[in-house]
Amino acid sequence: MSVEREQDERTIRCLVAKVGLDGHDRGAHVIARALRDAGFEVIYSGLHRSPDEVVQAAVQEDVDVVGISILSGAHKTLVPRILDGLREYDAFDDRLVLVGGIVPDDDQAELRELGVDEIFGPGASMDEMIGYIREQAPDR
Amino acid sequence: MSELVEALLAGKHSALARVITKIENRSPGYRDVVSALHRHTGHAEVIGVTGSPGAGKSTLVDKVAAEYRDRGHTVGVIAIDPSSPYSGGAVLGDRIRMASNAGDMDVFFRSMSARGSLGGLSTATTDAVTALDAFGKDYVVVETVGAGQNEVDIVRTADTVAVLVPPGSGDDVQMLKAGILEIGDVFVVNKADLDGADRTVQQLREMLQGRSTAGHHGASGTEVAGTTEDGGAAEDGWEPPIVETVANRSEGVGEFLAALSDHGDYLDRTGGREQQARDRFAAEIRTLLREDANRMVAAELDRGGGLDAYLDAVMARETDPYTVVDEVLEPLRDCLDGRSEHGE
Repeated sequence: MSVEREQDERTIRCLVAKVGLDGHDRGAHVIARALRDAGFEVIYSGLHRSPDEVVQAAVQEDVDVVGISILSGAHKTLVPRILDGLREYDAFDDRLVLVGGIVPDDDQAELRELGVDEIFGPGASMDEMIGYIREQAPDR
Repeated sequence: MSELVEALLAGKHSALARVITKIENRSPGYRDVVSALHRHTGHAEVIGVTGSPGAGKSTLVDKVAAEYRDRGHTVGVIAIDPSSPYSGGAVLGDRIRMASNAGDMDVFFRSMSARGSLGGLSTATTDAVTALDAFGKDYVVVETVGAGQNEVDIVRTADTVAVLVPPGSGDDVQMLKAGILEIGDVFVVNKADLDGADRTVQQLREMLQGRSTAGHHGASGTEVAGTTEDGGAAEDGWEPPIVETVANRSEGVGEFLAALSDHGDYLDRTGGREQQARDRFAAEIRTLLREDANRMVAAELDRGGGLDAYLDAVMARETDPYTVVDEVLEPLRDCLDGRSEHGE
């Protein structure tokens, strides 16, 4: 029976990535656990990852969602490098790219233009995020 | 041949990743993909690494991958983590410890979750190894927590199985228990700098001395030793070595690789490698036959109106489970009998 269910219902895979220098990952842990409890498979990157490492993980793990958590304010330099890397490996089009953290409004618009699908700030609820992923995760 | 298969064979990482996803999801067409890849396999050396949680498997695998890369080889790693029995979700965290190979695409690291299915995981793992082998990886390492039969099945995918035993992992009786200690070709006492490591090595040594040498790899029940004449009587057993490592400081990694390579040589010398491959494919064919036959029977049940009607009758004591099975399988039996009568 479980075999049949597996065939109907695709398991969504998410990368939760900490990129750059900020050293706090309590939030990333909370999100990883919430996504796990929602039935997703979560690959957690660990702290202090470079954009290259995030790209490597996103490509090899073939995740549906690349979640990037940045609190350091370096999103304008790091996120574009991740997006470029994903494009280089043909791994951009069929993936959601989400950014979590503190991103000023002006920067938000800029990141969206570059290809970030959604940005979740400090007030975002977990249900909102999970609902968004369920709806928007690319069919493939 | 499909585009995806071509792209994988051409060395495209995203295609390899997508093939493994298809395999994991049992997506439509995954069987054709695996079939097409089969003829391109048979070159990779497959190593299984298992042991209790916290034994240091990921850290050791990271260093092993780095060492193989230094020697000019390419590496694939499949790391299996458990999934939640409630939500089906999983946190796959072994990637964190692959720091030595960060940014090196020629170490292809893939996390897989158990997805709650016992038999299915070993099939999926075997198929994922096929994909990495066809991609051209020289070494494929399959890493899994050794907690039960499931893991024993998975490591059967490997040519050589390494079992990690952390220091102080219980008394002598723990070591006598059946399970993962029986499947090791190489034993590793990792964290050998900790107190109690010497004692653990000693206990392991005693345990291994009591172990019969013939057929030890044989979860499959095969007697590797003595199957060929040129193996020679003096050579006919594999004595699993015990290697001490401190993986986080890269100590003992060279010795570990030497032990793996010795076992590989042993397999080549005795014809064990070929026998293992035959056993593996036999097991795979049997599993697939069982899966497909199950599916056909389930479909036949549905056509007959599902299990519920039968259950009502069984509950009312109008019939019984054996009779139900006979009835459901009757057309199948007739059909197969008919075929064999026609000499097919």
